[in-house]
Amino acid sequence: MSQYVTFTLDGSLYGIDVVRVQEALRSHTRTRVPLAPPTVAGLVNLRGQVVLTIDLRTRLGLAGRADLAEPMMVVVQVDGEPVSLLVDEIGDVVEVGPGSFETPPDTLDATLRPLILGAHKLEAGLLLVLDVDQAAAA
Amino acid sequence: MEDVDEIVREFLVESYENLDQLDRDLVALEESPGSRPLLSSIFRTIHTIKGTSGFLAFGRLERVAHVGENLLVELRDGRRSMDQPTTTVLLRLTDTVREILAAIEADGTEGDVAIDAVVEAVEAVRDGRVVVVAEPVAAAVAAPVALAEPVVVQPAAVITEKPVVPTQPTRVAPPAPAVEHAPDEVGVLRSAADTSIRVDVDLLDALMRQVGELVLARNQISRLASGTDDVDLTRSAQRLNLIAGELQEGVMKTRMQTIEHVWSKMPRIVRDLAAACGREVQLEMTGGDTELDRGLLEAVKDPLTHLVRNAVDHGIEPAEVRLAAGKAARGVLTLRAYHAGGQVVVEVADDGRGIDPERVAAKAVEKGLRTPDQLATVSHAEMLQLLFLPGFSTAESVTNVSGRGVGMDVVRTKVEAIGGTVDVDSTVGSGTVWRLRIPLTLAIMPALTVECAGDLYAVPQVNLLELVALDGQRSGSGIEYVHAAPVYRLRGELLPLVSLASVLGVDEDRPGTSPTEGSSVIAVVQADHQRFGLLVDRVLNTEEIVVKPLSARLKSIGGYAGATVLGDGRVALILDVQAIARRALVGELEQVSSEAARRAHEAAARAAQMEQVLVVGIGGGRRVAMPLASVARLEHVRASQVELVGGREVVQYRGTILPLARLDRVLGAYGDELGEELLVVVYSRAGRSVGLVVHEIVDIVDDDMARHSDIEDHGLVGSTVLGERVTELLDVRTAILAADSAFYDTPATTDELDGLAGPVVHPDLVGAAR
Repeated sequence: MSQYVTFTLDGSLYGIDVVRVQEALRSHTRTRVPLAPPTVAGLVNLRGQVVLTIDLRTRLGLAGRADLAEPMMVVVQVDGEPVSLLVDEIGDVVEVGPGSFETPPDTLDATLRPLILGAHKLEAGLLLVLDVDQAAAA
Repeated sequence: MEDVDEIVREFLVESYENLDQLDRDLVALEESPGSRPLLSSIFRTIHTIKGTSGFLAFGRLERVAHVGENLLVELRDGRRSMDQPTTTVLLRLTDTVREILAAIEADGTEGDVAIDAVVEAVEAVRDGRVVVVAEPVAAAVAAPVALAEPVVVQPAAVITEKPVVPTQPTRVAPPAPAVEHAPDEVGVLRSAADTSIRVDVDLLDALMRQVGELVLARNQISRLASGTDDVDLTRSAQRLNLIAGELQEGVMKTRMQTIEHVWSKMPRIVRDLAAACGREVQLEMTGGDTELDRGLLEAVKDPLTHLVRNAVDHGIEPAEVRLAAGKAARGVLTLRAYHAGGQVVVEVADDGRGIDPERVAAKAVEKGLRTPDQLATVSHAEMLQLLFLPGFSTAESVTNVSGRGVGMDVVRTKVEAIGGTVDVDSTVGSGTVWRLRIPLTLAIMPALTVECAGDLYAVPQVNLLELVALDGQRSGSGIEYVHAAPVYRLRGELLPLVSLASVLGVDEDRPGTSPTEGSSVIAVVQADHQRFGLLVDRVLNTEEIVVKPLSARLKSIGGYAGATVLGDGRVALILDVQAIARRALVGELEQVSSEAARRAHEAAARAAQMEQVLVVGIGGGRRVAMPLASVARLEHVRASQVELVGGREVVQYRGTILPLARLDRVLGAYGDELGEELLVVVYSRAGRSVGLVVHEIVDIVDDDMARHSDIEDHGLVGSTVLGERVTELLDVRTAILAADSAFYDTPATTDELDGLAGPVVHPDLVGAAR
């Protein structure tokens, strides 16, 4: 059995292994970093630490966020340092078993293949499992 | 290391320290063979190693130490004196001890480090089977007048005062005063051990981090307190300010080490290297007590070693070459460290052959790093910068020591990684100076916050020269253009401008304005030797910021040196001024600087059209003109007063000795011999004078420089027509150097000798006195 922290992005439900997640919170003021790759949303001040923020919508090739909507942040640990991922809404922690897991279909876009590990079949829909390291790699 | 128990670990730590000391002592002992304190120190160290290794059952170590001790006993009892083979074999011994210690460190046993060769070598020296080669350097080749008091490196903990240096070669240290030092030293040694304490380095790093956080919190509270009327809060905030500041200083001090730590290795390195390359090198080190954060010290160790190796291998010429060039056979390598402007400056200087910019440029073209066109308009200083390109090496042959073409760019990268700069200055034939500038500390530094396109950035104070406010209302607002590059006239000089918004690519956020409009402040910054103006919207204030490292993928962008959290909680990026310079200015800067140089030249030329010159006759009907401005006075001197010193003519003049050059000989005129009275044109600069002997003084006239024509002739810069006669224009510099070849050197020597002797420069003499 594994536990996932879930969140929504552009209407779809994604999940990250709970052991990798440090915290989930409302987004802070971001300082943009000119000349950085487009997936870099900026830097935030997390209790005195300067944390890199990645816009997951951009990373997954989804449409940009409507400016008015305030994203939420899921802070994960990557290579020993915290990285914050911008998501639309944070969901519940979901527990799933290996039985509901399916590998991604062959029709999945090649660029996204390393990011999506697979999907768990839930009653309400699909939970797409995200590879944290890949997601934060920008 | 888990297998190695506590006692062994202590033994290793202490032994490594002692071995470093041993290296220093052995090299110093070679320089001053009679020094009893050095000998005692060396003996003690070996003895201690022998004893402890016996106790810990390290048989090989014990045997090696024992053999060394036997040799040292002979030295101590006076049955043997310190010479090159003895020093060499003892140094070899210490290397073997290091090898054994490394083996112990690795797995707790001595392994099978070979010791027979070393033992045999020591025995050979003891039995006198090694031929003692006469030390060439111990001969009476008197050193040229020292530029500064050469401080022979003494172990810092042992001798607390600099030995009195007489103004004669210090290599032979008289044994008598040294013995007097002995009782003092022992006392000093003991007390030094009591007043210091070993602290785990990780603990210090943790402390440093916490202090960094404290500074941030302090900034926040200060900001909040200043916005309130609460008197108590303000007062408390002020106290917090003071305390945090002192704590910060204190903790930073714990991390400070003197640069002596790096320099302690140098005598041995230089000695071994000089021997390997067949050079004679005298090492002088000053400023060893300059303190530096230990992290920075670690980072700078390798680059410095590389520079020292380069200087010995490539800079300093072999003795014969030096003698032929009129220099002392022994080259001088000077290491200097000092604080300046919030940075530590470390210089590696040699008096060797210097670096020829033309050769560097040619090599760059040869290696395909630059095209000839690119180098056509480049100044000599910029040519030297080519040395820092990856893949560059001017060594004729790749020696074991250096010249593998991976050198200078790695040095620069390492130094820049810690926020420092590296620079080079060189004169062909005279020598080279490499200068490293390193910030005092990594973590906390003063910076100026600026605003650009709505975001805040921090400009490190060390890069900041001044701020210039632009008057946006006036048309043009002072910004001019060289082709498309904006420049600003700052006190007469052209300053290239860089719009921060453009460099960062954010200027689309201000539509309808060119990059230079909308900005109202120029921050004049400097990176390496490039000065330029950074255009920003607004300047906020200067504050101490805590540098937070950026994640690797942001570091690779290159324009940012880190990030910080400002007092109001916002994150600001810290600008890497060097990187910005490199990004924005390559090519542009060269264009602007050569344009600036051209303009300056024209302006100077226009201003100096008319000049007053002194016209003299040098015999044979030839007339020569020299700028009157350079002449101090005219003198009459009796031919009988002229004396010969070291093959040069001099005359006593105003209490000093005036070197003479006969202009007729300098310019190849062979006219009638001069009579009893000599006419001398005296030229003075910075306390030094030379006299140019001429046949007659003709006139002082105004000279229209536009009418000059060029002449290719030794000692002349051109010719013109004055008073209806063709008159040659003297190359004053050549003439002066003919009289005194060291005239234009920095006048350090004359301070010591003023009033006493004249600055006669000759390799075998230190001066002349009446």
